[in-house]
Amino acid sequence: MTAIKSKDGFTHTISMLVANKPGVLVRIAMAFSRRGFNIDSLVVSPSANEKFSRMTITAQGDPETLEQIIRQANKLVDVIHAWEHNDQEAIHSELALFKVRKKGNSKSVINGLIKAFQARIIDDSEDSFIIEQVGETKELDKLEDILKKYGVVEMVRTGKVVMVKGHQPT
Amino acid sequence: MPKKSKKIMTGAEALIKCLENQGVEYIFGYPGGAVIPIFDALVNSKIKLILVRHEQGATHMADGYARATGKPGVVCVTSGPAATNAITGIMTAMMDSIPMIVLTGQTITPLLGKDAFQETDTFSVSMPVVKHNYLVKKANEIPRIVKEAFYITQTGRPGPVLIDLPKDTTAGEFTASTLDPEMDIPGYKLPAKIKSVDIKAFAKQFKNSKKPLLLVGHGAVISKAHKEVLAFAEKIKAPVATTLLGKGAFPESHPLSLGMIGMHGTAYSNKALIGCDLICSIGSRWDDRVNTNNMEFCLGAKKLHIDIDQGEINKIVKPDSYLIGDAKEILTELLKHVDPLETGTWLKEMDFYKKEFPLHYSNEHGLTAQYVIDLAYQITKGKSIVVTDVGQHQMWAAQFYRTDYPDSWLSSGGAGTMGYGFPAALGAQFGRPKDHVLAIVGDGGFQMTFYELATASIHKLPVKVLVIDNKYLGMVRQWQELFFDNRLSGVDLEGNPDFVKLGEAYGIKGFHIDNVEKAQEIMTQALNYKGPAIIHAEVIKEDNVFPMIPAGKSAYHMIIEPPTEKLERPSGST
Repeated sequence: MTAIKSKDGFTHTISMLVANKPGVLVRIAMAFSRRGFNIDSLVVSPSANEKFSRMTITAQGDPETLEQIIRQANKLVDVIHAWEHNDQEAIHSELALFKVRKKGNSKSVINGLIKAFQARIIDDSEDSFIIEQVGETKELDKLEDILKKYGVVEMVRTGKVVMVKGHQPT
Repeated sequence: MPKKSKKIMTGAEALIKCLENQGVEYIFGYPGGAVIPIFDALVNSKIKLILVRHEQGATHMADGYARATGKPGVVCVTSGPAATNAITGIMTAMMDSIPMIVLTGQTITPLLGKDAFQETDTFSVSMPVVKHNYLVKKANEIPRIVKEAFYITQTGRPGPVLIDLPKDTTAGEFTASTLDPEMDIPGYKLPAKIKSVDIKAFAKQFKNSKKPLLLVGHGAVISKAHKEVLAFAEKIKAPVATTLLGKGAFPESHPLSLGMIGMHGTAYSNKALIGCDLICSIGSRWDDRVNTNNMEFCLGAKKLHIDIDQGEINKIVKPDSYLIGDAKEILTELLKHVDPLETGTWLKEMDFYKKEFPLHYSNEHGLTAQYVIDLAYQITKGKSIVVTDVGQHQMWAAQFYRTDYPDSWLSSGGAGTMGYGFPAALGAQFGRPKDHVLAIVGDGGFQMTFYELATASIHKLPVKVLVIDNKYLGMVRQWQELFFDNRLSGVDLEGNPDFVKLGEAYGIKGFHIDNVEKAQEIMTQALNYKGPAIIHAEVIKEDNVFPMIPAGKSAYHMIIEPPTEKLERPSGST
């Protein structure tokens, strides 16, 4: 998953409120796949109302096809709403875990590197650290690039989640 | 006195009660292990079970019933292969926005996903070809799901809804207190009522248009907006072209009618497409049979779009203005805000094209399909419910069987499903027993679903099946002739059965036409025969449908007469 690093400049963030029922994820995934759209990241989580789930999807591609996907998603009986959000109107956040090899990397060096980011060491094993970072996608990208030089063994990212500011619903 | 203990219903009995409450008259079905409880519950029901001969036949029958009556068709088949056999008919209904409820059996819930006998993941398999679907987990959910399914299938833009019923939910006890619970579909959105300011703004778009064209599609038929379309066209004095499935939304014998538009539409309707300064689609989706080339589509014309489905807006054409809602409601309002337009010159131009490029055929080389269809039109005075299959005969039927009445033209448009016509005609006859139903089918498509002759015979359905037999898969042969140097490949159907004898095998009367001289007499007898009949028309083998716009080319490239020079291979889809 090469999340959020848009090559063509069109990275879209779509937020959906959907029924908390089996099959919903497949229906939405199909709206993308039948139009040849790749999903970069997809987060499904509970919403404040237990009847509904929240989905945040990021995808790249031309805006016209994306408009169609959103329209088709909105047609689904299980979708309460599907909206695209831009960075101005919404807060967005993501969490990453990086496992970094210890070889030659002292804890103080790593701590120094991650200080500038909202990141911390959450596991200190014999041969590796696990670093947790929370922040905007582009901040996660930056730390990822830095840590790669120090030997990232594994990486996992949750994918972007968004929430619209103020009284407007997400 | 001891109280009589109340008999507990099964899930299947609750299901059938719910279907009865929805006013279901017929279930088109085929039994199997996983639906035996449902078939058992049907024994005591007033709903009539029509036992078909194949699950595809059941879905097309339900589809024909739905198109002819406007009510949802109901299908009940078992799990696994039965469900997959039904898929083609469900997809056909989905493409053409047909209300249909499909009940499929499923293995018991504890065995779901364990490769049980006749298990397939029907919920997932059907997902791309339904408006919505359900996998029932408990018997007590059945009434809510049935209520939602019937609501969803008929409202907004109709479409099939499938309910997958594990056997333990139908055989198990139903213990809920009501058969009429609340629906729970907060995500199901119907178009909001249109604001009068939007209607007025849309109406203004017509102002000053001198060359308007109304493009009327299936949405207008589904909405039963034929009276409003007529009133609207007459008020603004605009010519009307219909899509293949729009036939019936506007009388084709009306002077403002341009007939069917598009790939095999009339030359004059496609001339209108080129010449118009405004095109307003009423319930069409600018499909690639009409909008054969989006880059060159209606160049310079203002494009307006009326559709009940917000998903159709901007999908193919970016309209200058649009309204989302029911065609009948919108036209009723719109009528109040439009004025007659100055279209005298434009209508004269259309009349010129009608005279210059009429639809025509000649029997000089022998009996043609067009003549046979024209005869059927003359003899039935255009009053049959015509149900076609897919191919050349379908286009000729669209051209030569003029449709003046709504709900009397049934054809698989979006899906182009060969095998649709005959079973759909049976469904139409079940729904409208007093009307004359004429199935016009090709020799290819008929052989895909003729097994339903048994159903026609058993129920004595007086459907007339006109088999246009040219011993070719004619439409593909036409493409191979025109675009592939006449290298015929996989289109030869020599060795067809004797269709009259085929009918006789099922106890169905057969008529045979193979020459021009006797055609009228035999056709008259056949169409007036009381009971099901096959009319086997052996027509000239090699004939092509014109006009034709090669796939991917715009209307500017319309071929009106047989071409004398070599054509390049089409770039567009099929």
